[in-house]
Amino acid sequence: MLDQTEGYVTEDGRKIGGVVMEMKNITLRFGGVVAIKDISFDIRQGEIRAIIGPNGAGKSSMLNVISGFYVPQEGQVLFNGKPRPQMRPYEVAQQGIARTFQNIALFEGMSVLDNIMTGRLNKMSSSIFSQAIWRGKAEREEVENREKAERIIDFLEIQHIRKTPVSRLPYGLKKRVELARALVAEPNLLLLDEPMAGMNVEEKEDMSRFILDVNDEFGTTIALIEHDMGVVMDLSDRVVVMDYGKKIGDGTPSEIRNNQAVIDAYLGVAHD
Amino acid sequence: MFYREAGDFKTTYTDDNQTFPIKFDRYRYYVVLAVAFGVIPFLINDYWANAFLLPFLIYSIAAIGLNILTGYCGQVSLGTGGFMAVGAYACYKLMTGFPDVNIFFHIIAAGGITALVGTAFGLPSLRIKGFYLAVATLAAQFFLVWLFNKVSWFYNYSASGQINAPERFVFGVPVTGANTEAWATYLFCLVFLTISAIIARNLTRGMQGRKWMAIRDMDIAAEIIGVNPLRAKLSAFAVSSFFIGISGALFFAVYLGAVEVGEVFGIQKSFLVLFMIIIGGLGSIFGSFAGAAFLVLLPVVLKLIGVDLLGWPTDIVAHFNLVIVGALIIVFLIAEPHGIAQLWRVAKEKLRLWPFPH
Repeated sequence: MLDQTEGYVTEDGRKIGGVVMEMKNITLRFGGVVAIKDISFDIRQGEIRAIIGPNGAGKSSMLNVISGFYVPQEGQVLFNGKPRPQMRPYEVAQQGIARTFQNIALFEGMSVLDNIMTGRLNKMSSSIFSQAIWRGKAEREEVENREKAERIIDFLEIQHIRKTPVSRLPYGLKKRVELARALVAEPNLLLLDEPMAGMNVEEKEDMSRFILDVNDEFGTTIALIEHDMGVVMDLSDRVVVMDYGKKIGDGTPSEIRNNQAVIDAYLGVAHD
Repeated sequence: MFYREAGDFKTTYTDDNQTFPIKFDRYRYYVVLAVAFGVIPFLINDYWANAFLLPFLIYSIAAIGLNILTGYCGQVSLGTGGFMAVGAYACYKLMTGFPDVNIFFHIIAAGGITALVGTAFGLPSLRIKGFYLAVATLAAQFFLVWLFNKVSWFYNYSASGQINAPERFVFGVPVTGANTEAWATYLFCLVFLTISAIIARNLTRGMQGRKWMAIRDMDIAAEIIGVNPLRAKLSAFAVSSFFIGISGALFFAVYLGAVEVGEVFGIQKSFLVLFMIIIGGLGSIFGSFAGAAFLVLLPVVLKLIGVDLLGWPTDIVAHFNLVIVGALIIVFLIAEPHGIAQLWRVAKEKLRLWPFPH
């Protein structure tokens, strides 16, 4: 089923393309603590890739390596087949990698619309002088990008809170606004760090639907971390399982479900 | 109650992006502009120009500048006095060095020079934040004042160590020097304030402002989204210093006419402008106006009430001023960190519903 060069076809019949992002033998240490130990996996064009594992397994660290926030001591990150040089997080963003955070990282002092518009900043290039007089390119860009932002606002059904300051929103909506901010950048790769943490069943269903729609409609490649097993198994095409910084499983949800190492990690092993 | 956005429909995003999206606000803005340009110059007298209007206009520009840096970009600065001094001395050197060029351009160039100096002193902001950055800008304040005192080239080797603004004309009307008229200096400063406010508003409602606010609200998330923190912070220092430089140049050339740097642009000035934006409202252009008006008017009003009406000694009233400002700073920092501008916003929201509870 898994073809290394050509990609593969998922159970529901979606065609998955070549490798977008490849992690090769990544090791990340904080002082004496080894957060990630020699992990390799890839993310392919158009798939939904999940990273799961018990608390402290190193999932978020992994995501931070992908988004350039942490620099691994060993190993290579290959983006579109080329080794990615060490770069600042904003340069990674310019390459088309967007993310959301486990603890919502919205800009509390700004309105929902402004938060979402910041997601477009890599698409706007008017100079500070043009913006100062608000004529020509600056004004044109502002309107063009507003249209893109409005499309995402419609897509995620948050029209009614467009002008509301983010600090007044409830948790579930904040999560959705954060997804909007990441989506509006039209990323090649979207990283979601626990998009469903702290939500009730209904909100989780909404969020799952949005993630599937995003993947379906825009063809966005998604890598997500999630604790809710049901959600992960339903949403993702392939799953990486981590435990204590090591990779203990990698495959389709059904393969993972029957993987003994994964079952041991989650349910524990009898010592006899 | 008074007005609301109901019925004010917009069909384009350009309409929605306006500075004053609500019709009533827009008309009020035109009325204020019309009164400021068309009515006040005919009513003005020397007392009101010097006691309130000129300092209000000039401090408003400085407050807008500092508000961009501190209110929008979240970088605390105590160097405002020093940067105003840079504007003043740059303006003086340009006025004496190029007497044929119109003073209008001198003042803009002085702003540009201050922007460069401010950017240089903004470099530490890339490594240090908050309280520590405030101390670093404090160093700028003391260094700049020391520099202008020590190096006599800056005051053209004059014996007094002061700088004096020579007489300069705009359209044949003197705006600096001894023979100025109240209406001319007022209009000259008003033009600068209006342009500064419009530029500041355009920058803060556009992408540049969003970058600044993103850095202010959560710098790590901003960087991961794609904001280059170096450029965002330095551009905030540059734009902020540009406005502060202009206000320093106007303060020296148009308002005072003669300046001794330690007295006029000392640390007190830095705190005064900082208090203006704290009381007026961080992150608000309107707040900059409100804070400047409040702190300029307060001593004038206290003097009118205390000295002229109640007959108290002048020094007691002056001390009262300090006590009230100090108390207000504490009250605002605790109760309403977003200042008068936020009080105004809350009042408007309450009035929308009034007299109904919901």
